[in-house]
Amino acid sequence: MVITDETIEYVGILAKLELSDEAKEQAKKDMSDMLDYVSKLNELDTDNVPAMSHAFPVNNVFREDVVTSGDTREQLLSNAPEQKDGCYKVPKTFD
Amino acid sequence: MSKTYETVIGLEVHVELATKTKIFCGCSTEFGGAPNTHTCPVCTGMPGSLPVLNKGVVEKAVAVGLATNCTITQNCKFDRKNYFYPDNPQNYQISQLYYPICRDGKVEIEVDGKKKFVRIHEIHMEEDAGKLVHDPFTDSSLVDFNRSGVPLIEIVSEPDMRSAEEVIAYLEKLRLIIQYLGASDCKLNEGSMRADVNLSVREVGSSEFGTRTETKNLNSFKAIARAIENERERQIDLIESGEKVVQETRRWDDTKEYSYPMRSKEDAQDYRYFPDPDLVPIVISDAWMEEIRRSQPELRDEKRIRYKEEYDIPDYDIDIITNSKKMADIFEEAIALGAAPKKVSNWLMVETMRLMKEHSVDADDLSFSAKNLAALIALVESKAINGTVAKEVFEKIFTDDIEPEQYVEEHGLKTVNDAGALTKTIEEIVAANPKSVEDYKSGKEKAIGFLVGQTMKAMQGKADPGEVNRILKEILSK
Ligand SMILES: [Zn+2]
Repeated sequence: MVITDETIEYVGILAKLELSDEAKEQAKKDMSDMLDYVSKLNELDTDNVPAMSHAFPVNNVFREDVVTSGDTREQLLSNAPEQKDGCYKVPKTFD
Repeated sequence: MSKTYETVIGLEVHVELATKTKIFCGCSTEFGGAPNTHTCPVCTGMPGSLPVLNKGVVEKAVAVGLATNCTITQNCKFDRKNYFYPDNPQNYQISQLYYPICRDGKVEIEVDGKKKFVRIHEIHMEEDAGKLVHDPFTDSSLVDFNRSGVPLIEIVSEPDMRSAEEVIAYLEKLRLIIQYLGASDCKLNEGSMRADVNLSVREVGSSEFGTRTETKNLNSFKAIARAIENERERQIDLIESGEKVVQETRRWDDTKEYSYPMRSKEDAQDYRYFPDPDLVPIVISDAWMEEIRRSQPELRDEKRIRYKEEYDIPDYDIDIITNSKKMADIFEEAIALGAAPKKVSNWLMVETMRLMKEHSVDADDLSFSAKNLAALIALVESKAINGTVAKEVFEKIFTDDIEPEQYVEEHGLKTVNDAGALTKTIEEIVAANPKSVEDYKSGKEKAIGFLVGQTMKAMQGKADPGEVNRILKEILSK
């Protein structure tokens, strides 16, 4: 399957990635290979196979509505590049 | 000739479910914690963390679906909605696109005596995002993930409403159903219920819809009504001047009474939904559904009918009392404690309403207990206190939920039941006011009011006015 320049540009924008021309070419090829690989599935006759959304025959995995986590703020915040007043500090963002 | 236009409105209503914990982790959903103190690796999107669904969320969503006449999707699942925004730590929101938990419902609304149905397209479960606060000192944004992962349901209506009145009637209907179910407290001003308005206009008689806009940030019924009126006018002006309505999301500014287009989150329209591989499908068996249906509490419409049958109180009072689950609960509890329905209803309709207005308190935020109201009613019934004192004590119950017996005792407010003492006081008053006595005896009936007042004053308000009247008349007729 051919990946066009427009497609790779668009996917780049959605993924917030800036790609060099060289990387773009490589990505086009990789993506094309992946799609070809997956398209093998199209050769199967799936007319009588029910649609599924999960690979394992498991359903209804629940937790009871009980509080189990405590305050681990310091530990979690230690992963943040920047913090202030107990919050994650990020570039100014508007609605 | 000027054309007449019809407004076509559909709503997307987000409701925060009243579970103790978040939808996919064991963090508390309690309000008011210091920033990020109710967070864990799951709700902050740490790599490798795995979500596990809160069973209570499914049960509450199904309960809402059943109460709004929806079909329950017995095989449903979660999808990922992908977008980048700092309040969304995973870079995707777990939501439901392909198999929402409820579909094809309807609720009946009534405006100006006219009833109609508003259809519900679907209800889906999803997680809330965190909160961004602008920090003026560093000109950056600060993120608090305490609300991240709080369970929401989004109720999507069909475009069946035609006026702000219908929109508000629909929201009130949803609010009451959901509050009575105990699924959420549904407070617009606190954000536990949020409504986005999809609105378009078309010429009356046209069967096609116009281009619609979505208006967000509506925090009160008044704001919703104003925003609808404003957006209707804006769209009609555009059409009349030959311009086109642009399909966009607008943000309402209620202080300026104006909406403006939100800066479109760059390319955000392509959410690339796909089934969430971390969460397994949900199968809602007939038995589970029945169990939820059976445990459904009495809803408002049923309550109204029952009150009418069981209690001798006016329809208007029934409407007011059942318009808030909180008030209906107080009403029923006080009756269960032995108070007469009519008396309880009177205290709610008169003094409670007056104090709510005076203190700007919503019915949902009433904080006094039925127990203390019932005790107060019992004190009045037994003539231990008179009506004036009772009102004074009730103010204390309303604000501080005091125990009336103890309060009356401590403040010496009990009616003096010592007939001898009362008679003595009255005799003194009669002796001290010969003019009034003469007036009364010469036929001025009103003069007795002055003497009753003087007696009540001398008794510091702690006498039964009926008793004072009786003794006075007895003495004056001698
Ligand atoms: Zn968490």
